[in-house]
Amino acid sequence: MPFDFSVFRVLVFFFIMCILSTSAGDTLPELSPQKYFSTLQPGKASLAYFCHADFPSTSVVLEQLNEAVRPLQDYGISVAKVNCAKEEEASKYCGKEKDLIKAYLFRGNILLREFPSDTLFDVNAIVAHVLFALLFNEVKYVTTQEDIQNIENTVKGKANIIFAYVRAIGTPEHRAVMEAAFVYGTVYQFVLTTETGVLESIGSENIEHAHLYFFHCKLVSDLTQQCRRTLMGQPLTTLNIHVFVKTMKAPLLTEVAEDPQQVSTVHLQLGLPLVFIVSQKATYEADRRTAEWVAWHLLGKAGVLLLLRDSLEVNIPQHTNVVFKRAEKDMPVEFLVLPDVDSIISHVENNMHMEEIPDDEDSDMEDPDMDIQDDEVAETVYRDRKRQLPLELTMELTEETFNPTVMASDSVVLFYAGWQAVSLAFLQSYIDVADKLKGTSAALFTRINCADWSDVCTKQNVTEFPAVKMYKKGENPVSYTGMLGTEGLLRFIQLNRISCPVIITSIQEAEEYLNGELYEGLMTYSTLSVLGLFSPTMTTAKEDFTEAGNYLKGGVLTGIYSEEDVWILANKYAVTLPALLLARHKDDKIESIPLAGTHTQDIVQIITDASREAFPEITVENLPNYFRLQKPLLILFSDGSINPQYRKAMLTLVEQKRLDSFTPCWLNLKNTPVGRGILQAYFGLLPPLPLLALVNLHSSGQVFAFPSDRSITEQNLALWLKKLEAGLENPITILSAQEWKPPLPAYDFLSMMDAATAQHSTGKAPGCMKETDTQESDKEQHEDKLAVRKEPVETLRIKHWNRNNWFKETEKSLRPHKEL
Amino acid sequence: MGLPAALWGPLGLLSSLALHAALGAHPHRDYCVLGAGPAGLQMAAFLHRAGRDYEVFERAPAPGSFFTRYPRHRKLISINKRYTGKTNAEFNLRHDWNSLLSPDPRLLFRHYSRAYFPDAGDMVRYLRDFADRLGLHVQYNTNIVHVTLEKDRQAWNGHYFILTNQKGQLYRCSVLLVASGLSVPNQVDFPGSEYAEGYETVSVDPEDFVGQNVLILGRGNSAFETAENILGVTNFIHMLSRSRVRLSWATHYVGDLRAINNGLLDTYQLKSLDGLLESDLRDLAIVKDAKGKFHITLKFFLEETNASQSADSIPLPQDNSDNFAMRVAYDRVIRCLGWNFDFSIFNQSLRLSSGGEFSKKYPLIRASYESKGSRGLFILGTASHSLDYRKSAGGFIHGFRYTVRAVHRLLEHRHHGLAWPHTAHPVSQLTDSIIRRVNEASGLYQMFGVLADVVLLKENATVFEYLEEFPMQMLAQLETLTGRTAKHGLFVINMEYGRNFSGPDKDVFFHDRSVGHTEDAWQSNFLHPVIYYYRHLPTEQEVRFRPAHWPLPRPTAIHHIVEDFLTDWTAPVGHILPLRRFLENCLDTDLRSFYAESCFLFALTRQKLPPFCQQGYLQMQGLASTESLRKHGVESGLLPDYATTGQVLEDGSQQPGDREPGGHLPATGHLIQSLDSSKQEL
Repeated sequence: MPFDFSVFRVLVFFFIMCILSTSAGDTLPELSPQKYFSTLQPGKASLAYFCHADFPSTSVVLEQLNEAVRPLQDYGISVAKVNCAKEEEASKYCGKEKDLIKAYLFRGNILLREFPSDTLFDVNAIVAHVLFALLFNEVKYVTTQEDIQNIENTVKGKANIIFAYVRAIGTPEHRAVMEAAFVYGTVYQFVLTTETGVLESIGSENIEHAHLYFFHCKLVSDLTQQCRRTLMGQPLTTLNIHVFVKTMKAPLLTEVAEDPQQVSTVHLQLGLPLVFIVSQKATYEADRRTAEWVAWHLLGKAGVLLLLRDSLEVNIPQHTNVVFKRAEKDMPVEFLVLPDVDSIISHVENNMHMEEIPDDEDSDMEDPDMDIQDDEVAETVYRDRKRQLPLELTMELTEETFNPTVMASDSVVLFYAGWQAVSLAFLQSYIDVADKLKGTSAALFTRINCADWSDVCTKQNVTEFPAVKMYKKGENPVSYTGMLGTEGLLRFIQLNRISCPVIITSIQEAEEYLNGELYEGLMTYSTLSVLGLFSPTMTTAKEDFTEAGNYLKGGVLTGIYSEEDVWILANKYAVTLPALLLARHKDDKIESIPLAGTHTQDIVQIITDASREAFPEITVENLPNYFRLQKPLLILFSDGSINPQYRKAMLTLVEQKRLDSFTPCWLNLKNTPVGRGILQAYFGLLPPLPLLALVNLHSSGQVFAFPSDRSITEQNLALWLKKLEAGLENPITILSAQEWKPPLPAYDFLSMMDAATAQHSTGKAPGCMKETDTQESDKEQHEDKLAVRKEPVETLRIKHWNRNNWFKETEKSLRPHKEL
Repeated sequence: MGLPAALWGPLGLLSSLALHAALGAHPHRDYCVLGAGPAGLQMAAFLHRAGRDYEVFERAPAPGSFFTRYPRHRKLISINKRYTGKTNAEFNLRHDWNSLLSPDPRLLFRHYSRAYFPDAGDMVRYLRDFADRLGLHVQYNTNIVHVTLEKDRQAWNGHYFILTNQKGQLYRCSVLLVASGLSVPNQVDFPGSEYAEGYETVSVDPEDFVGQNVLILGRGNSAFETAENILGVTNFIHMLSRSRVRLSWATHYVGDLRAINNGLLDTYQLKSLDGLLESDLRDLAIVKDAKGKFHITLKFFLEETNASQSADSIPLPQDNSDNFAMRVAYDRVIRCLGWNFDFSIFNQSLRLSSGGEFSKKYPLIRASYESKGSRGLFILGTASHSLDYRKSAGGFIHGFRYTVRAVHRLLEHRHHGLAWPHTAHPVSQLTDSIIRRVNEASGLYQMFGVLADVVLLKENATVFEYLEEFPMQMLAQLETLTGRTAKHGLFVINMEYGRNFSGPDKDVFFHDRSVGHTEDAWQSNFLHPVIYYYRHLPTEQEVRFRPAHWPLPRPTAIHHIVEDFLTDWTAPVGHILPLRRFLENCLDTDLRSFYAESCFLFALTRQKLPPFCQQGYLQMQGLASTESLRKHGVESGLLPDYATTGQVLEDGSQQPGDREPGGHLPATGHLIQSLDSSKQEL
């Protein structure tokens, strides 16, 4: 049942109502007239039935009245039976004997309505009549087309109308309308009729049944314009009206840019499906118009959303133009390719009652197609396959030319596989670098396709692709271990032009090295220059440092100075030898670190740590370096460069060691547009910038946002962090801890094979099967876990047949096997 | 068995001599190889390269003596494909059936012959060069006439192999590698079998057959090769054998009749007097008449008559049934019935026996090529073909060069502690590792169904080890044989023909034989990669009692990469994508590749990262996209266009704290609210 949840909610609402009303119990209290009038409270409605207690003919009515006690109490209306019989001075409501079948509705002690007992034939009638009387102002009863036209005109631009036709007053439908009016009477103008003529004027032909329309008059500004009408398709019950009205209230069209699987609107909660119209930037306007058209047609049947594909993080199959999400929980969304808008409508209407008409065949066909590429690298490389790359910038090597080439000149070699997407994606960056360094670099850019020259690659110890190695005469080749992109590779090649560590020969040179003059051209590639200071006798320390320099080759600039006059530098920078000098060119700062007894690995660590900035701009490229620190990231999102004041505030806090347990950084959306995707994940919408967020990636996944009404100052920040630490702040979101599961199932060939053998063999040697049977049973569990498609044999065969047919027709000419 | 029994044997004297000599000092070798044919030299090459103590014993003065005489008509039927349009040396070995494995590219057979079906003399020349260039230790002119065991607890296998040569010289070996091939012509015993000339001696000069009626016994390649040579000059050729002709293009077995030799099939079916007949030779008899012509009769006719009767009075089938097919008299009968392994030199203590009724010609061995009778005795080359007879290529150079390598790897582990070679990779490389191998590996391709690659998953399946060309029937013993552990599941990569595709009576050209759709890959008929996934290493029991027609026990899951006309399995959607989905579902993870930008987003918006980001991006080896690729990504909908992602709100009216997830209202509360408001009206 798709409505389960709603039913539950309505029950809850009734339940709460019961508690709110001063319930006098479930049974009809019997009171004397005197007593009854004394209990009436001002403003409270009460229904009283005056009768002679022992009069038998009233018992049926009393029974119904008894049943109505509870529902009426839910609406705050008390019910009582007033016994007239033994009273000498009987109330005026206790009529003569023949008139004694009468009920009266009071508000306070004012009589509102008198009901002949034949109108109160059952509970529905009682409730309907009572509410109708009470809601006299809210529910307009009309008898002619003019009446409704007038009402329409008066509310245009102000309110919407709920118009109901019921065949008679007191019917269950009437009761349902009245109950809805009780809830929504102040929000919508309710109009009721029992005249078929009025209904016909609305345009309905089937007058057998009750009808309920929603008139969208609030949108209408021009009086001559008619209000748009939506007919409620379901039978008139309280629940259906409730659902219907809720959907009318919901926005007609919502734009979303998130995973359809995650989207939830009021429709889903009401048990209605969602239809996502997939839109692209280029066709946005047209898509929106289409979506609106669809939304109007599906109003009350489904929720319609516009899915902005371009800003979507998740992948949806390429040709999908409509995504359909059923209200049932745990049902996967369906990605559809529909030819026109009418088929959207019919698809929704056909799938309204899924549980009634199980249509396995249909849902099977709508399974996400496993043959659609969902690997972004593979797909983009494939789409780019026809573009001509300027491959001539790099020299293609072969088995014959490989050794002569790398031995003859300094060369950079890209090892790749021509069929591998990642290789080909990187090949583009590689060629970019070759282009950038065209004519400047002494190194020769070469590449070798390991799909063709497998042996050469294996001999060079390359077993994974892509790989880059730099070959220099008389040196061991250096493997590139950085990011597979232009920037990192460029840095690697440039920094490899000098030996690492470079040997500095004079104090003068050392100073030039430290202030960046010596290798001016390389300063854009290394933010840090490291100089190791050693006295000439410190052989082991020098060796360790040299090894560290070698290790860091291509990443950081390292130099070594160990002349006799090294003490001059030691004095100048107030260090004892051996020591490291770290020159940060950005801040023009030189730091010194003593190095006594430090081994290669620790030196590497020290330099790596030092290469991190105190308040870096975080980028796609450098995040991993900071991510490794395993600390929560304190990110200042900025649209463009950062306000210097904020930087100052942060740096002050850093200096005060108050951010030691965090990694403070900032993100420039102009340089790193993917930051928008991050903000969207945190906030749903893009919040105003700048914005400071604390992202606890490594432990809880909690994300906290610095309140945007407070300015980013030292004090405010410190205060906020304190509150955070004290656990006084609430996270704005918690990052999903979901594992990365297979995006789609695989073909279950094993069961296809089983199905085929089951068909062929008729009870083959049962003795032999035993062994495998037992194996199968303990494997079964896992097989279930494998998200595999289980298909009955019959459908499988039919599908194959279809597929084959299709295949034959379309690809006949391409299949040489057959013609041979 | 053992000693006393051996003394009773025909070579008892020699073996007792051997025992005496064992006490003295005679040459010891860790590895002794019998035979300097292709298999022996191949093993020697591996031992040599590994720096092992070994010796090859060869009866002839040069390597490859078999090829100096056979095939009699000098044309090898193993193809020498010199051009494939590819430069990948490993791939090219798929179509080079003659070369042995060596790191020296000069030792490729294409440098020795230009012929597609080369001359046997070129093979002799090739093998000589192979032995010389690699400097292999071969003792020529050394005929090992006897082999026996000497128990010794110090020995690697608990015993030494004692070899005796024709001069009585003894050699003591820790491991014996028998690569002596099949050297004994197969003879079927029936009355008159002595009248048949053997393939090994029959004239190869067609002039000798002019105008003759020829009967050839046997229906293998040697029989057809002989027929092919004389087809044009004989009156007719009749071929007689027990079973129907097996065409290699129907059976996918290279040992069956190759198209190059099948001229007689053509003339038979076109009614040009030649013909094929099926009958069990053991029921027949050959009778020579006075004119020296041969008549075919039935064996039991002979048994009824007494031996003293003259040939002319022996009853013939045509006496009763006058249209008997072989009623004509033959001028010649030629026997072409193949070869058997020479068991004679092996002492009984070695317990080297033939493989039973169906493979009498071969010694009985395990799937590891080790004799079932003696530890440390391995059978290599053609003689090891019992394992894949009529299935794969283990009896031929292009097959056994790989099985020899597998044996060598087993030995390296068993005796030298070197685990089976492997490469370890992060799991994000799994799809590519498999794709690479199925596209170039020649061992998998030639020894389909016998040697398979194995992927061993390490803990949490984040890393895997890749082992090449392991004898798949030994899967249960993988850990002890390779020194690797397989505790966390494994993949086995095999190549297979469709299960019901091959067979002597199958029409392999039937309509719709090729499968194109990935969903139908399991029905592929031509050789294609099949990947088996096991959560646990199968046990010996499971391997032995595997379902019929399965090369391996039932796996947890199986994947077929759809057959490909070009045997190029690199199509992104047709081949790689379904394989990735299979691997993903086995490992329950996401094996897609992502650009650094996507990894960056995941790193900051999710607590977990997919393996590709984990093992690439976070290790500072992310994959950057380029402008052009990004554009395609946005177009395909796989990459979001962040530049246009919702505009930043200017008014700042929305607090970051009060996020309202699109239309998701706390419904119950809201209802009550509206109720409250209406209630007040009453």
